[in-house]
Amino acid sequence: MPSYLFWLFATIMLIGACAVIAFRNPVSSALAMVTSFVGLAALFIGLSAFFVGVIQILVYSGAIMVLFLFIIMLLDLKDEKKRSVSFAPLVAGLVLVGVFFIQLIGVLSNNPNKTAPPLDAETLAKASEDFMNDGKATKISEALSSGSLPDVHLIGNSLFTEYNLPLQILGVLLLVSTVGVVVLSKRQTN
Amino acid sequence: MPSLNDYLLVSGLLFSIGLAGVVLRRNIIVVFMCLELMLSAANLTLVAFSRFNVAENGLPSYDGQMLVFFVITVAAAEVAVGLAIIVALYRARQTIHTDELVSLKG
Repeated sequence: MPSYLFWLFATIMLIGACAVIAFRNPVSSALAMVTSFVGLAALFIGLSAFFVGVIQILVYSGAIMVLFLFIIMLLDLKDEKKRSVSFAPLVAGLVLVGVFFIQLIGVLSNNPNKTAPPLDAETLAKASEDFMNDGKATKISEALSSGSLPDVHLIGNSLFTEYNLPLQILGVLLLVSTVGVVVLSKRQTN
Repeated sequence: MPSLNDYLLVSGLLFSIGLAGVVLRRNIIVVFMCLELMLSAANLTLVAFSRFNVAENGLPSYDGQMLVFFVITVAAAEVAVGLAIIVALYRARQTIHTDELVSLKG
């Protein structure tokens, strides 16, 4: 990704994030959050993580933020009232963020400034041999030798081989959370 | 081409903004959204590391992206449960401002 696109999307993301905090109305905050996530998805796609970029938009901006908006409107929240700024949380927040930021600068100044390794047709064609099945071409190796990155296929490949057990556990987790939500939102009877 | 440090700086900034929101805001739903921002900042770091650290065959190392996949799924489950808790809380107390929620007694 060219540098100017990186900084453009990074700025969109950070301004969106600042707006989440700055707006008093929760609906505006949620919409600012959607903007922020769209910028983040663009950064993911710039890192050639196409699958992650797409699920960032589908799951986060699509499903999760709609759920947030739904709850905000269900509870019929009013704008947060202006209140006298209490001193302690403000100082705590600023100090916490300041310390974190100083630490970040310290880490970055010691870090060798790595540039992205090339991902051109030659590298991809060389990697295609790893995905041959007994010398026969597979879908992944065909796509790699034609010079495109089959991102979804590669992720699916490792998801169902190396990471199969975590995937099953994740299924159980989703089931548990579904049951948990139903139990929590059941009207309590005395 | 942006370097690894640029990505780390941007994701650190995003994390700081999320943290500031958690500490400063009073509306529990906005606090919850800021938690999501912090998770996303971690996701950005993971994807950046996965792109900048090639595996032996020259492709990006996909372990980082698998972790991001799992983080997004867990975040979705967490949001569902968290919002259900907020709705239950609102039913019991008629408020979602953290200033007014000071006792744990149900």
